[in-house]
Amino acid sequence: MSSIGVVTPQTLHFTEPLRLSSGAELRDYTLVYETYGQLNADRSNAVLVCHALNASHHVAGLHADAQGQPLPKSAGWWDNMIGPGKPLDTNQFFVICVNNPGSCFGSTGPMHTNPATGRIYGADFPVVTVEDWVNAQARVLDRLGIQQLAAVLGGSLGGMQALSWTLQHPDRVKHCVAVATAPKLSAQNIAFNEVARQAIITDPDFHGGHFYAHGVVPRRGLRVARMIGHITYLSDDVMEQKFGRELVGRGVLDAPRYSTQDLEFQVESYLRHQGDKFSDYFDANTYLLITRALDYFDPARLHGGDLAAALAKAVSKFLVISFTTDWRFSPARSREIVKALVDHRHDVSYAEIDAPHGHDAFLLDDARYHDVVRAYFGRIAQGLQADRLATRAAADVNFAT
Amino acid sequence: MSERTLHEVFAELVPPGSRVLDLGCGDGAFLAYLRDARGCTGYGIELDDAKVHACTQRGVNVIQLNLEEGLSLFEDNSFDIVLQLDTLQHLRNTEAMLRETARVGRQGVVSFPNFAHWPHRVSVLRGRMPVSRTLPYQWYDTPNIRVATFADFEVLAHRNGLRVLSSFGLNTEGRGSEVVHRWPNLLAATAVFKFERG
Repeated sequence: MSSIGVVTPQTLHFTEPLRLSSGAELRDYTLVYETYGQLNADRSNAVLVCHALNASHHVAGLHADAQGQPLPKSAGWWDNMIGPGKPLDTNQFFVICVNNPGSCFGSTGPMHTNPATGRIYGADFPVVTVEDWVNAQARVLDRLGIQQLAAVLGGSLGGMQALSWTLQHPDRVKHCVAVATAPKLSAQNIAFNEVARQAIITDPDFHGGHFYAHGVVPRRGLRVARMIGHITYLSDDVMEQKFGRELVGRGVLDAPRYSTQDLEFQVESYLRHQGDKFSDYFDANTYLLITRALDYFDPARLHGGDLAAALAKAVSKFLVISFTTDWRFSPARSREIVKALVDHRHDVSYAEIDAPHGHDAFLLDDARYHDVVRAYFGRIAQGLQADRLATRAAADVNFAT
Repeated sequence: MSERTLHEVFAELVPPGSRVLDLGCGDGAFLAYLRDARGCTGYGIELDDAKVHACTQRGVNVIQLNLEEGLSLFEDNSFDIVLQLDTLQHLRNTEAMLRETARVGRQGVVSFPNFAHWPHRVSVLRGRMPVSRTLPYQWYDTPNIRVATFADFEVLAHRNGLRVLSSFGLNTEGRGSEVVHRWPNLLAATAVFKFERG
């Protein structure tokens, strides 16, 4: 399927401080974002896509080199979902994705200079929450002159931001599509995050988060963090199918090496490869910040733990999607969201996709999943069309009288 | 008796503006009809992927659930009316589902193929399981794991403390449906009951 082609990230600088949930402030900050498609005349067709843990503002299309030639393997992380003729069709919608503050893909983050001290933030970068990110994204929309979103869409941690949008800025969101997400992390989810954080923090190259000054990267910690994360993204079945007990450079029935430290099983090779790749581009402090944002997300907390009460103030319509083999954010977690919405008579549809791929399924091609998203956005597009005709008819009536 | 479409017949059982839960809502056509013709709101429940997709295309709220797991998603009395149209015969937990229907809805409507329709009786008298428009399957491949008669349901409703508000039979021919009030257990292919908790 055709891609949107070469896209170029854009940058906005903000000097009005961003007040954070913790009480701290981001005094001066830059946000990087990408947009696809055209904003229509009444600015009603904007869709905000929220990114997950290790993703960026580069959702769809390709990046180019200095000569304008598309770079190999530069497709956005949700290129199969967003583009011309795709489930979220950029021929109909104006799509925006903002790199969240604290990230390591261009927006202000721990690797940048703290304007208060003139030194690199490192571990001093303030804790940011899902709510803080939503407020930062709202400022980008303000600058772009978008008052109301046709929809906000996100998967996993991105789904949490999408949910949060409907609570923090209810009047600015008409539809919320929350995929493979949860209303808060379970103890097990937090436990996995903690193992990842400990791997990073205890790496001797971490230097309490100020490793930039030492010219090193806590690569070993990042590798282990990514390995742990990766295990939770895949289902048991998919891992078994992909690797089974296959050995590296030997047949399954061959004698093993009888070594405790050499690479033995294919699954080890795969995890090490993923870890290596990740430690090349991801920032250790960002990993700590983002996993903490996940841990802290709990919109029901301010309502005595009552999620339905928390979601009562939302006015948007919802589409919730989960995947049967996702054990990181299982269908039961999505059903909690659906139940809370149903309790307050919100418009909600829920699709539980029988996919084998675990949590990763939300990024993969699956006709049933993509069909439902396509149908939902198709209805939104029809609604926009109807609104436009009604506005035009009302204008004609005014003209006639 | 003038002929009406199936949608019209069933819609008359649903007061305008009702909050509706449609169990086994299929492609959502009836919910869309209730929304457009009678100003109803609510949700459909459906298990099948293609039907969930069809509902989404229609803009009908649909929740993908297996009815065999019950209706724990919904609180008591959260709907004015719960529909179980042509669904009951596919469920293993028929009686539990009937109780759930009466729990979450103030009223319920159930329709199912009437096994005692006279052509079926003739077929059984001849020694063969009936195959008809309402029961179009062979005994070995039928998805209808519950076969019941109009009269049977009256017994089940009574057993579960349900008060039958109205009941009738239906015969469908082409796009039209004929309501049968006289001897429905004998003369109707489909049984329809509207009930509330007694």
